Amino acid sequence: MNAPLTAPERRVIQKSERQSQVVRALQADLPAHALLWQSEDTVPYECDGLTAYRQRPLVVALPETEAQVAAVLKTCHGLGVPVVARGAGTGLSGGAMPHAEGVTLSLAKFNRILAIDPVSRTATVQCGVRNLAISEAAAPFNLYYAPDPSSQIACTIGGNVAENSGGVHCLKYGLTLHNVLRVRGFTAEGEAVEFGSNALDCAGLDLLPLVVGSEGMLAVTTEVTVKLVPKPQLARCIMASFDDVRKAGDAVAAVIAAGIIPAGLEMMDKPMTAAVEDFVHAGYDLAAAAILLCESDGTPEEVEEEIGRMTEVLRAAGATAIQCSESEEERLKFWSGRKNAFPASGRISPDYMCLDSTIPRKRLADILLAIQEMEKKYGLRCCNVFHAGDGNLHPLVLFDANDPDELHRCELFGADILETSVAMGGTVSGEHGVGVEKLNSMCVQFTAEENAQMLAIKAAFDPAGTLNPGKVIPTLSRCAEYGKQVVRGGVLPHPGLPRY
Amino acid sequence: MDLQPFIDRIRAATADRTPLCIRGGGTKDFYGTPVGGERLDTAPLAGVLAYEPSELFVTAGAGTSLAELEALLAGQNQCLPFEPPHFAHAEGAGAATVGGMVAAGLSGPARASAGCVRDYVLGAALVNGRGEHLRFGGTVMKNVAGYDVSRVLAGSMGQLGLVTEITLKVLPVPLAEATLEFACTQAEALTLLHGWGGQPWPLNASAWQATGDGPGGTLWLRLRGAAAAVESACRHLGGERRAHAHAAEDWAALRDQRLPFFAQATAQGLALWRVSVPQTAPVLALPGQPLVEWHGGQRWYALPVDAVGTVRASARAAGGHATLFTVPRAGAAGRADADAASRFDSPAPALARIQQSLRERFDPAGIFNPGRLLA
Repeated sequence: MNAPLTAPERRVIQKSERQSQVVRALQADLPAHALLWQSEDTVPYECDGLTAYRQRPLVVALPETEAQVAAVLKTCHGLGVPVVARGAGTGLSGGAMPHAEGVTLSLAKFNRILAIDPVSRTATVQCGVRNLAISEAAAPFNLYYAPDPSSQIACTIGGNVAENSGGVHCLKYGLTLHNVLRVRGFTAEGEAVEFGSNALDCAGLDLLPLVVGSEGMLAVTTEVTVKLVPKPQLARCIMASFDDVRKAGDAVAAVIAAGIIPAGLEMMDKPMTAAVEDFVHAGYDLAAAAILLCESDGTPEEVEEEIGRMTEVLRAAGATAIQCSESEEERLKFWSGRKNAFPASGRISPDYMCLDSTIPRKRLADILLAIQEMEKKYGLRCCNVFHAGDGNLHPLVLFDANDPDELHRCELFGADILETSVAMGGTVSGEHGVGVEKLNSMCVQFTAEENAQMLAIKAAFDPAGTLNPGKVIPTLSRCAEYGKQVVRGGVLPHPGLPRY
Repeated sequence: MDLQPFIDRIRAATADRTPLCIRGGGTKDFYGTPVGGERLDTAPLAGVLAYEPSELFVTAGAGTSLAELEALLAGQNQCLPFEPPHFAHAEGAGAATVGGMVAAGLSGPARASAGCVRDYVLGAALVNGRGEHLRFGGTVMKNVAGYDVSRVLAGSMGQLGLVTEITLKVLPVPLAEATLEFACTQAEALTLLHGWGGQPWPLNASAWQATGDGPGGTLWLRLRGAAAAVESACRHLGGERRAHAHAAEDWAALRDQRLPFFAQATAQGLALWRVSVPQTAPVLALPGQPLVEWHGGQRWYALPVDAVGTVRASARAAGGHATLFTVPRAGAAGRADADAASRFDSPAPALARIQQSLRERFDPAGIFNPGRLLA
């Protein structure tokens, strides 16, 4: 007689039976090489850019045609299997983290540029085309795709649509939503659907703003038409030093108040500047409390006029040093540190956690000072890079993941920054999305009714709830649980339990 | 703003399924399928709630006068770059409101270059059919926390709920402006516009209309941006530079449909069709000459209501859609057809199902402006 099975043993058997069932069903939809389910094959898919959270999927499907995408979705819908769409896996909030009982739908093979139309200034591309590849393909026509998330050499346009990605030029050129005309995709049931159009509007409700930024929860994107814009003839950048973070923050507001919309307006604090200077040797002012990078682009006449006005405002705001790029090479040198902020942080710490929130511009100095206090409170260092022009922060909290207590303090530090951002009138995510990382913070930013309304929106697109379930919008019970935790004044009970 | 009376009224209406007709200044009463229902007046929701020029946003109650809001922004040398129409000359209308502007989702001449209402919405508060007061978005440009609900309200014709307040992104008034005029046919105008569009000129708005019954016409091109860029464009693009005061008056008249083209349609007992197509769509094979805006993206046709089949087929073939924008006055010949023709084209079935389901999940009893946009 066999001993009765323990509960974990039963779960392992059930999972393996479920896996066989799903694999058998999907074998009818896909060629053998487009289906992975052995552990060694599915491990590479266990996380996205948020590596602290991992989960192996039941099955990975790699369709090559829209018909196969439709078939996989239909099959999964029929079996009630969750589907998590995935592009390049560069997302920073765990939006593409697999579901333990689900299929990860990798769209990596949808990598064709379908059309570059210089007359209508649009590009129609499959979802797996890389962000930068669009601009490269448009370059012969002197056009480019404006949104430039820092991961643009790797991230895909499908992922950009899912996250409503930003970049350093949003203030002037807008987010992904402002640069996308049309999204073609499939519903959870596997039905083809198009949002937006090549015209400037479409009949009925405009659902494009819901689909863009929905983190794969409302539909699976397969094809995107984006706007291309003429390449500016010239870009020049001012690098300004400040001996006080408050003066630097006020300078940002002063630039905007002067009626200037810079092409880019970035801020780095002193620890960040030290870290990047050590990495790129660009000649940054290491004595400065904060450095601003302020860029102008357009025709040579426009740029000259704007650089003059910007210089005046920055000087009046108390800049201790001002340098203006005199060549493209010098401009890229100014930017090199900012663009390498993340790898530079990786060199000075075993691990770092990149936060993302937005606050009103006028609170830039306040949040920097609040973060300095938090460094003491949590006993961890933090370097700061801001898309200052749009108030979007990227604090990098340095920690050692091998020290469980440091990881835990780092998580508390991160939550504190997000909640302080909300209290200052901002938001818990500026451009990285909510994914699994910020579900708890959503309970702080939204009421139970607001979260319920968003869950209802999901249900309108996906009544069975199979597309990327459990992400972005927290359930009522999760928020109730989190509410109980935070009342303890920042000290969580059971610090050893995993929380995300 | 005291919302309780609104919340109580909406809860009661949902309980007994009483349709409500949400109305601000009534300047866009003509737009969309006419609806009955008890009037829900947004006038008590008037007032600017927050305006911070250096933060580039303004928050206003739905009942706030659009003209007053624009005057406030102008005082700080800022504006709503999408140039919303007011239509304050419409019959029986008061002043256009901020809520009506968002609900109708209409943008003016600058739309093709500067973006639409939706693009400038940063946040909103609304009361849904369950009487819940909800806030989405915020006051900052970059915000991806949760679904972008506030932007879906643009053009929803009030059918997702009573919008109580709106936060909009504002921008500085461009430093310089010029309008150039060119004599050309519609086809030539489209070719010129597409050529300029691929170059870094500070294009802001365009309008082409016929000068007589023949193919000849006039193209206006408005440039806005840094003084140096506008002057440089004027030197390179050719055309005749128009006096600023006259040009500004004409652009305002175009925005609010006070140009003779629109009056003639009404006088002739014709409907005004709004044909939205890709900007690069060729000249459409429809009778008569249109007024073309948005660098080819928006084309107005004065045609009978019963041309509905031809107009919609032509718009669809070009990759767009057609809206029956205004109908002949009561009593005019052809008015009867207007009640039978749907004002808006219908989306593809999969999309229509999602839209319908979405509406039901905001407004389960179907009390808000039922039928105005969605059944």
